[in-house]
Amino acid sequence: MQQIQVPENNAAMALICLLIPLLPFIGFVINGLGNGKLPKSVVTLVGCGSVLVSFLLSIYLFISFPAGSVGYTTEIFNWIKVGSLSIPFAFQIDQLSLIMLLLVTGVGFIIHVYSAGYMSHDPGFGKFFAFLNLFIFSMLLLVMGANYAMMFIGWEGVGLCSYLLIGFWNKVTPYNNAAKKAFIMNRIGDLGFLLAIFLIFMTYGSVTYSEVFTQAPTLPVSSEMITAITLLLFVGAMGKSAQLPLYTWLPDAMAGPTPVSALIHAATMVTAGIYMVLRSNVLYTMAPITLEFVAIIGLATAVFAASIGLFQNDIKKVLAYSTVSQLGYMFLALGVMAYSTSFFHVLTHAFFKALLFLGAGSVIHAMSGEQDMRNMGGLRKALPVTFITMLIGTLAISGIPPFAGFFSKDEILAHVFEHNKIMWAFGLLASFMTSFYMFRLMFLTFFGGFRGTEEQRHHLHESPKSMTLPLIILAILSTIGGFMGLPPVFSENHSLGNFLAPLFTASQQLNPEAFGHHMDHATEYMLMGISVVVALIAAIIAYVIYVSKKSVPAAEGTETGLHKLIYNKYYIDELYDSIIVKPVMGLSTGLYRFVEKGIIDPVVHGFGRITMGGGRGLRVLQSGAIGSYLLTMVAGIILILVLNYIMR
Amino acid sequence: MNEIPEVIRTIPLNYYLFLSTALFVIGVTGVLLRRNAIIIFMCIELMLNAVNLLLVSFSAYRSDPNGQVFVFFIMAVAAAEVCVGLAIIVMIYRNLQSTDVHLLNKLKW
Repeated sequence: MQQIQVPENNAAMALICLLIPLLPFIGFVINGLGNGKLPKSVVTLVGCGSVLVSFLLSIYLFISFPAGSVGYTTEIFNWIKVGSLSIPFAFQIDQLSLIMLLLVTGVGFIIHVYSAGYMSHDPGFGKFFAFLNLFIFSMLLLVMGANYAMMFIGWEGVGLCSYLLIGFWNKVTPYNNAAKKAFIMNRIGDLGFLLAIFLIFMTYGSVTYSEVFTQAPTLPVSSEMITAITLLLFVGAMGKSAQLPLYTWLPDAMAGPTPVSALIHAATMVTAGIYMVLRSNVLYTMAPITLEFVAIIGLATAVFAASIGLFQNDIKKVLAYSTVSQLGYMFLALGVMAYSTSFFHVLTHAFFKALLFLGAGSVIHAMSGEQDMRNMGGLRKALPVTFITMLIGTLAISGIPPFAGFFSKDEILAHVFEHNKIMWAFGLLASFMTSFYMFRLMFLTFFGGFRGTEEQRHHLHESPKSMTLPLIILAILSTIGGFMGLPPVFSENHSLGNFLAPLFTASQQLNPEAFGHHMDHATEYMLMGISVVVALIAAIIAYVIYVSKKSVPAAEGTETGLHKLIYNKYYIDELYDSIIVKPVMGLSTGLYRFVEKGIIDPVVHGFGRITMGGGRGLRVLQSGAIGSYLLTMVAGIILILVLNYIMR
Repeated sequence: MNEIPEVIRTIPLNYYLFLSTALFVIGVTGVLLRRNAIIIFMCIELMLNAVNLLLVSFSAYRSDPNGQVFVFFIMAVAAAEVCVGLAIIVMIYRNLQSTDVHLLNKLKW
């Protein structure tokens, strides 16, 4: 008899794939149920430990992944099966999801450790870790899912966690409003994503990646359907990744605790939109119109957000606008079909932006909750570790070699240069502004004299080990992270690009031109030189203004002209308020007054009154005397008999 | 029809029908008009037996034993019903010192 060999290895792989998201979920359950009962040491152990084990398992998956393969899927169970629709609960392990796994669990673990120090005085310690673990779980579902439906669950899950964590200090009304704003803005994007999933199912009869992408090329390039699908998917990405015009929630999301800003609103969740576009790169390659649109939105966001960042005084707001701007860069790269470059920037950005946020958290921690840079200054002596690590982060984001941001940003700019020179110029402008506001942040915070109160001066201290250690690790990653993608002039071997290449083979077949490098080395050197010089000039200008001249941003309300416009974020929030929120509110109030009170209420109450009156009239029949009931009954029977007789 | 015994055919079927109708109407009238629970109860029995009589007579005139089997069942069930009914009447009497059904009019709005 022939025996079917169950491949032992596959079963083990499926178990590992299942465990990676399951462990943080178990952590969430334990910490959530034990909120307020478990001691902090146990909460920390469960919260960090579960993510650490997931990270180690992810490393194992990464190491055992066969090089150059197209990836594999492991089906856990059949989730939805209705008619021709079949959605398995399956995980897809390939180059993209593997690196995202490492990123989410790795950076997630570092930030969990940091949180243990940062949140140690907070009464909601257990709740915080429960939410963080739930976030990691949702994010892992998002990146591991093998179909759009699973991605959507993760997508909603991370949105929910984002909401919960932004409003973590839920006794403060503005924080709750920020949380609601984030949720609603994301919902607008989610609607686009959901419609895109419906269209995908309608067109291809499946939502599983492998089936959709193999069938994708059957439609003609830039057909209406494919353009609609990609545009709607991009609307989802706009919401989640804070692109124009749905970006306003991200700066407000800084109301949450700083580790949350670092994990969710810088390193992982906001890059979900980029992940989604990368995942659907075949569809996007077939829709050049959408790509152009993506590039324009990305570029506009990069420039726009960077310009707002120039004059913000809240240390976290600067970083928030910087994040929006960097996400714009990533979409710009996607728009010019530099897919692996965009992902490269996702990675390096995760390192240095998480580092900058955690550094800012360390500064805020030392300043007893102060976030206004006008009240800081001269902190480099009190916070040496934070200073050095944040300096590395700043150099990385500004694009100064050999730090990570230089390589990824330069690669993006090089691809944009090939695509369109004007776009490149605007990209360079954004890069200039990035460098300026980051150095402005550094100089205002760490240089000059201390501008805070005496009380704060006495309190100044370097953060505990659990907070500085993550900073150091991230600083190392920000320093060396760029070497996984050396530009062609230094090395022919772009290790990240080569690793990711199998993901983009289908796109490459569709549009081979976009993937060929035809830039000579001289141009490449020139571009690199220009971007470094621009970053340095911005840094020098910032130095002159904020260190040599010791100028401090003026108090609220004294700005003039353009400065005032930018300081108030171009009045975009006010604009949305007056063109969307107010009319909707007015409409609702009007509907309430006239439709609800004037039409619906009287009708509903009228039915109630009729029924009541009828009952009041009829209840006299129920006299309680059996005789009368019997008489009625007999009379009824006789009536039926008589009628029966007559009818016949 | 031609198998019906001569003895039975001496009395026409209609006589039975009139008798049972009369019995039934007496029963109904009693139930409607009398106030004593025991009398009402007896009137119900009267109606039951009027039906029984009807069933039996049709059974005989049509040479179909089913009707008679039915009657046996009705008598058995009626006996059981009498047990319960009389017990209820006894309880009513113990509580109210009377069997007047018009006193039992508390179940109303």
